[in-house]
Amino acid sequence: MKLKKGIQVIDQGNKLGFWGGKFGGNFVPETLKKPIEDLEILFNKLKKDKKFISERDKYFKNWIGVPTRFIKLENLTKHVGGAQIWSKVVSDANGGAHKIYNATVHCLLAKRSGKKIICGDTGAGYAGKMLSMAAKKFGLKCKIFMGAKDIERQQPNVKAMKKNGAEVIPVYSGSQTLVDAVSECMRFWVANCDTTAMCVGSTVGPAVFVRICGWSTSQISRELKVQLIDEFGTVPKKLKLYNCVGGGSSSFGFWNEFMDYDKKQCEFIGVEAGGPTKSKKHAAPLTYGSKIGILHGAAQYVNQNFDGQIEETESISAGLDYPGISPLHCFLKDTKRARYTAASDEEALSAYKLVTKYEKLRPSLEPSHAFSVAIREAKKMSKSTIVVVNSCGDAYKDKKILRNRLGRKYA
Amino acid sequence: MLNPIDLAFKKAKKENRPALLTFTVAGDSSKNQSLIILNAISKYVDILELGIPHNTPVADGSQIQTSSYRAIKNGIKIEDIFWIVKKYKKNKNPKPIILMGYYNMIFQYGEKKFLKKCKKVGVNGLIVVDLPWPENKSFTKECKKKSIYLIQLLSPTTSKERLNKIIKDSHAMNYFISMLSTTGGKLKVSPKKIMTNYFKIKKINPKKNVVIGFGITEKSIKSLKKADGLVVGSAICKEISLSILKGQNPVTNVANLVKKLKYKIL
Repeated sequence: MKLKKGIQVIDQGNKLGFWGGKFGGNFVPETLKKPIEDLEILFNKLKKDKKFISERDKYFKNWIGVPTRFIKLENLTKHVGGAQIWSKVVSDANGGAHKIYNATVHCLLAKRSGKKIICGDTGAGYAGKMLSMAAKKFGLKCKIFMGAKDIERQQPNVKAMKKNGAEVIPVYSGSQTLVDAVSECMRFWVANCDTTAMCVGSTVGPAVFVRICGWSTSQISRELKVQLIDEFGTVPKKLKLYNCVGGGSSSFGFWNEFMDYDKKQCEFIGVEAGGPTKSKKHAAPLTYGSKIGILHGAAQYVNQNFDGQIEETESISAGLDYPGISPLHCFLKDTKRARYTAASDEEALSAYKLVTKYEKLRPSLEPSHAFSVAIREAKKMSKSTIVVVNSCGDAYKDKKILRNRLGRKYA
Repeated sequence: MLNPIDLAFKKAKKENRPALLTFTVAGDSSKNQSLIILNAISKYVDILELGIPHNTPVADGSQIQTSSYRAIKNGIKIEDIFWIVKKYKKNKNPKPIILMGYYNMIFQYGEKKFLKKCKKVGVNGLIVVDLPWPENKSFTKECKKKSIYLIQLLSPTTSKERLNKIIKDSHAMNYFISMLSTTGGKLKVSPKKIMTNYFKIKKINPKKNVVIGFGITEKSIKSLKKADGLVVGSAICKEISLSILKGQNPVTNVANLVKKLKYKIL
C-alpha cells in the first residue's frame, strides 16, 4: 500500500472508492446508489470549477472568517520546557469549530443540486450547529439527528441548532450516541433522497462524503502553511502536527497540505479517545488494533465483536465517541504516513487544566486529547522543534462536564 | 436441478397467485422461538426470509430495528442462525430459506466460509442489503458456485441503464423495493404506480422472478398481487413486538397474521 505524491489523498481512491484497495468504498443500499452517483458527478465537476472555488472562498473569508489564528503558547512552552508549542486556533471560525467548512460546502452543493432540505448527524453537536447555521444562511430547511445521550451532555449546541431553526431529532436506538445518529440520518436519507441532501459530519460514510469533507477541512492546512512560512520563513525542519481523531475531519484537514513532505520533517500525530482509565471501552480503533469492518457505508478499522456487531464506545468527548475512523486515516496509518495514539478521559481533563492555567485558550474536550499527548511528548524534544496543536473546538459546549469533573472554577 | 426458490415460484404460478414471502429476524425474540415461528408459518408461506440482526442497520425502519436489537440483546450469534436454519430444514415440508443481512457480518465470518456453511445447513438464497452491484459481482459468482441465489435489490432510484446491467448479472430472482423508504415505511406511492414500475422491470427479463417488498401490509397486499412474489416483513416484526407487549403468544399471533395474508392473495 503506497501513498502517492502530487495527488490529493482524497483523489487516491480507486474506481470503486477504495483507498489502498481496501478502505472506504460504497457499502450502501441500492436506493442510495443514484443520489451518491449524482453527488459524485456534481462534486467532481465543481471542485475543478474556478467560479465555484471563488464562491467557496468568498464564504470562507467573509462568513467563516478565515484565516484562523496561529499563535505561540509562550507560557505553556516555558512550563513544559522542550519543543516550542504553538496552536492553530481553528475554534476562531464562525460557530467555534472546524465543522463549519464541511457544512458550508455541503450547503453550497445542495443549492447547486436544487435540494431544499439538508439532513445531518452530530455527536458533540458542532457538526449539527454548523449545518444549522449554514442551512439558515443558504435558505435550506435543516434536520439534525443526534443521540439522546449526546443531547443531554451537549446542551449549548442543541440550543444553538434550535435557535437557527433546525429540527433536532433525538435518536434513542443503540448506545444513543454518534454512531446511532449517523445510522438514523442515513436511514432518513434512504427514505427522502429525492428531496433532501445529506451532509455526513466527518470524513466518514460512503466515499464521496469522505472526499467532500476532506476537501473542505483542508482549508486549515492551507492557512497553516502560509502562516508557518510567514513566521519562520519556511516550513520548519522539525514540525509535529498533533490533532485529535474521532471521525477524522479536523486532523485530515490539518495535515493535508503537508502530505508530500517527508515524515521526518512533518510528522503527523493523531490522538484518539482512550475512554475512562478504568473502562475497557474506548473510541480508539487505530491505537488498539481493531479489525477492518464495514460501518456506515465504508470499510475501515472499527470496534466490533467477533460476529461483526459494532461495539459501544466510551469517551468523555462526544465528538470523538465513534467506533470507526475515516478510511483516509486507515490509509495514512497503513502507509505509515501518520502515527496514532490515544489519550484517556483523565489525561484530556488534566491537559485542559494545564492549557487553561497558562494560556488564554479554552480547547474543548476533543482537542484536549491532542494537547495531552503533545505536552507529554514536547518535553523530550529540542527547542528547535515546532509542535502545533489544532485547537479545533471551543470548550463552551463542555461547561456542564467540566463543572462536574473539575469544579466550577474550570467551567 | 432447479433451486427450490424456482420451484416455489412455479408452484405459486400454477395456483395463479403471487408467492408469499415472509421476513422474520433470526433470534426474535429468542433462538428457539424464532424457530417455532418459522415452523408455525411454514405451511402458508412459499419462501422464508430470515434476517441476520445487525446493530447498525442503515436501511431498516423501526419495526425491524426493534426485532434486531431484541434478538441481539437475547444473545443471538451467527452460529445460532445457522442452527435455526438447520433445524427448520428438518420440517416435513421445508420451504426455501433466504438469509438477509448486512455485509459486515459476512465479511467477518469470511465470504467463502459463510457460503460453505450456508450450503451445509440448507440456505437457498442471500440478500445483502449494503453490498450493491457492482460491488457484489465477485460474491455473486461465489454464490453461484454453491447454487445459492444472490438476490439483487432494485429501487425506484435505479436508472434504466443500471437496471439492465444488474438484471443481466443477476440470478433467477430479484427484489424490487416499492418506494423510497426504509423497511416498514407507510406506503407513500399508489399500488398502481408500484405495479407500473414493476412491469417495466419485469419486461427487461420476463424469465427472472421479481418480488416486491417494503411497506406491504394486510391492507395493501391484495392490490399488488400481480407480482411474482410479495414480501411482508415489518408487519410481522410489529406483530411479535405487540404480542410481547400484550403478554400474548407471538407464535399464534404471527401464524394468524400470515394465514390472513395468504388468504388475501388467493
